[in-house]
Amino acid sequence: MVTIKETLNEACEEYFLPGNSCCAGCGLEIALRWAMKALGPKTALVTPASCLNVVIGLWPKTAPNFPFINMAFAAGASAATGVDAAFKAKAYRFPNQGWDKMTTLVFAGDGGTTDIGIQALSGAAERNSNILYVCYDNEAYMNTGIQRSSSTPHSAITTTTPFGKQRYKKNLPRIMEAHEIPYIATCSVSEPLDLYEKFKKAKDIEGCKYIHILAPCPPGWGYGAEDTIEMARLAIKSGLWILYEVENGVKTISKASKKYVDPSKRIPLIEYLSKQKRFRTVSEQQLIKLQEGIDKSWKVILSEIEAQEK
Amino acid sequence: MISKTNNIIQKRETKIIKGNVAAAYAAKSARVQMISAYPITPQTTVVEKLSEFVDGGEMPGTQYIKVESEHSVMASVIGASIAGTRTFTATSGQGLFYMNEMIHWAAGTRLPIVTAIASRGAAPPWNIWADFSDVINARDTGWMSAFCATHQEIYDEILMSYKVCEDYDVLLPKFVAYGGFILSHTSKPVIIEDQDLVDQYLPPLPDEKGWPQIFLDPERPMMHGNLIMPSGFYSEFRMKIQDTLMKTKDKIKIASKEFEKTFGRSYGNGLIEEFNMDDADVGIIIYGDLALQMEQAVEELREEGYKVGMVKLRHYRPFPTEDIRKIAKKVEVLGVMDRATAFGSPTGGPVSGDVLSCLYDTGITTKVLPMMAGIGGREVTLVQQKEELKTLIKIKETGELPNNLIHGTLWDGILEVK
Ligand SMILES: Cc1ncc(C[n+]2csc(CCOP(=O)(O)OP(=O)(O)O)c2C)c(N)n1
Ligand code: SF4
Ligand SMILES: [Mg+2]
Repeated sequence: MVTIKETLNEACEEYFLPGNSCCAGCGLEIALRWAMKALGPKTALVTPASCLNVVIGLWPKTAPNFPFINMAFAAGASAATGVDAAFKAKAYRFPNQGWDKMTTLVFAGDGGTTDIGIQALSGAAERNSNILYVCYDNEAYMNTGIQRSSSTPHSAITTTTPFGKQRYKKNLPRIMEAHEIPYIATCSVSEPLDLYEKFKKAKDIEGCKYIHILAPCPPGWGYGAEDTIEMARLAIKSGLWILYEVENGVKTISKASKKYVDPSKRIPLIEYLSKQKRFRTVSEQQLIKLQEGIDKSWKVILSEIEAQEK
Repeated sequence: MISKTNNIIQKRETKIIKGNVAAAYAAKSARVQMISAYPITPQTTVVEKLSEFVDGGEMPGTQYIKVESEHSVMASVIGASIAGTRTFTATSGQGLFYMNEMIHWAAGTRLPIVTAIASRGAAPPWNIWADFSDVINARDTGWMSAFCATHQEIYDEILMSYKVCEDYDVLLPKFVAYGGFILSHTSKPVIIEDQDLVDQYLPPLPDEKGWPQIFLDPERPMMHGNLIMPSGFYSEFRMKIQDTLMKTKDKIKIASKEFEKTFGRSYGNGLIEEFNMDDADVGIIIYGDLALQMEQAVEELREEGYKVGMVKLRHYRPFPTEDIRKIAKKVEVLGVMDRATAFGSPTGGPVSGDVLSCLYDTGITTKVLPMMAGIGGREVTLVQQKEELKTLIKIKETGELPNNLIHGTLWDGILEVK
């Protein structure tokens, strides 16, 4: 466990520079800044089509000061697999130059991860490609103007679900668990220290790592730019977003979510939903169902942890 | 020159192998550092042979990724090429269609990727036999494309392709296509060259810095492919691809000459290969394996006293415009045989359409007959090919076109349909 002081001393370097064109209060920006602080400059990033492709700045200007590849929408994980293979091939020809120490990072949106990119991601995970795949989840296709993705939660209004989405959010970390990769974690931009630590850990693991970050988006969710951290916090406090890790198949609840193992500590879901315009049409009946869904997912996760302790 | 990383050094050796295996040997001789592939008939034995090489320790240091789709094949090859390694893959028909988005990406990034294509017809209905519609479908992407007529040519053309693609003034990808089954699955003697000679012929593998303008290096952080406004250099990047491809015609010729000097085998001027064209008054342009049998048809008609000749089109992109004009000038009638479709185009055949457009406003009055044969692997016999030549001779003699053309094109060997 790192302390705040240690982290701040270590993490003063910026790799995603100011002057980028993220909206004010962008969750993605916070996620990438902190991820890069943990990973450091020996990182090559691949990002499939997404907000990130645009916010880095228009050619010839660019905000990231580390090697960065913009990629086709479906090809985040596969292109990264190739980059890692090249680093391995280079390490063979040029030993002791540190090519084997490079981190190959994918930073993809929820659309690039849970929809069009899922085949390539599943392939990379099954092969246990040595990549760190990150999904920054803003729960819709923001770059193209807020359309639903399979990661959009039930009842959320998007431009393609004008009366609220009628299906549930795809649980990608769970799908990744089915691939038996060495490391899976969930993160939130409201818990940068937790995020920092998880990235530090993932960096040193050989094989396929998957980190899913809840990254609220002011224009997409319909709240003020100053409330991004608050939104991410409410998601944790309500128990809707659970921070956990799965290391070699062993699941643990992270510190920030531990408190909410106890249902009485969780705030009612409505406190989270009511602060976002995208949920303005959620019905009372549906709200009850969604609230029950939270209890159910906690039960599942806790029973799994209990089973592995036996 | 390349430092010797192989402990198993290839000596010059003739092997009786399938066309696909010749492609795999070429990748091995070129010491490719990264391979990614997905199986598809009739390319599969390339993938299998390379697995044998890599897993059997014959290509030390080479990374072979068996990905889950062709889209991922090309994406991973692109990733590895950006990071500065020599890469190889192979596919066919549907696989090439499935990678289409990434095909554009490879050329747009200016990467020297070489890809073997065991060409097959497009579905539906399913078809797995020789037809170049697959590689032709990728013609406007910025990739170069070459056709092979023999097993040896597959091996040789792949080596020549690395030389051309990795030229710092070129840095563009290339397809090396050959007819599915006809070449991919039949066996013929192929000379596998001495590793030392191949190392001498090819440019050195990229060093730790990667390609000169494209690299992935923490010491020199580079942004690849970010959004560019219409007022930015997008048009210029595109113009440069066309400009480079046009200039690459000379590079292809030089690579072909040097190949002859090093290994003793030649393929015309690299772009086209003429056969009995010098005193011919009737000629045919043809590509891929059909060209091999056409040589025999030409020889036999020559024995009968007809002055016929043949031109093997070796490169489709860049298109050998100047050479085509020269050969068109030599003859009165020129047939252009396509084993690929370009639906809705002026002739229905891709190469015949390009040949016609080359002749515009040149004062060349040669009669051109667009022709089609062998679509979807339909057999084309020697007798048939002689008849094709005779049709051209008859046009020369009578000045009249055959009366069985379909929208101006002769579809040879087509069954009767209602
Ligand atoms: C093959 C393809 N289809 C569609 C698009 C258009 N497109 C670009 S980004 C995007 C949505 C990205 O959504 P997500 O991955 O969630 O990232 P976000 O924009 O939300 O950050 C879409 C649909 C594309 N670039 N490529
Ligand atoms: S739309 Fe949302 S995710 Fe995209 S840059 Fe703006 S705040 Fe960030
Ligand atoms: Mg999104």
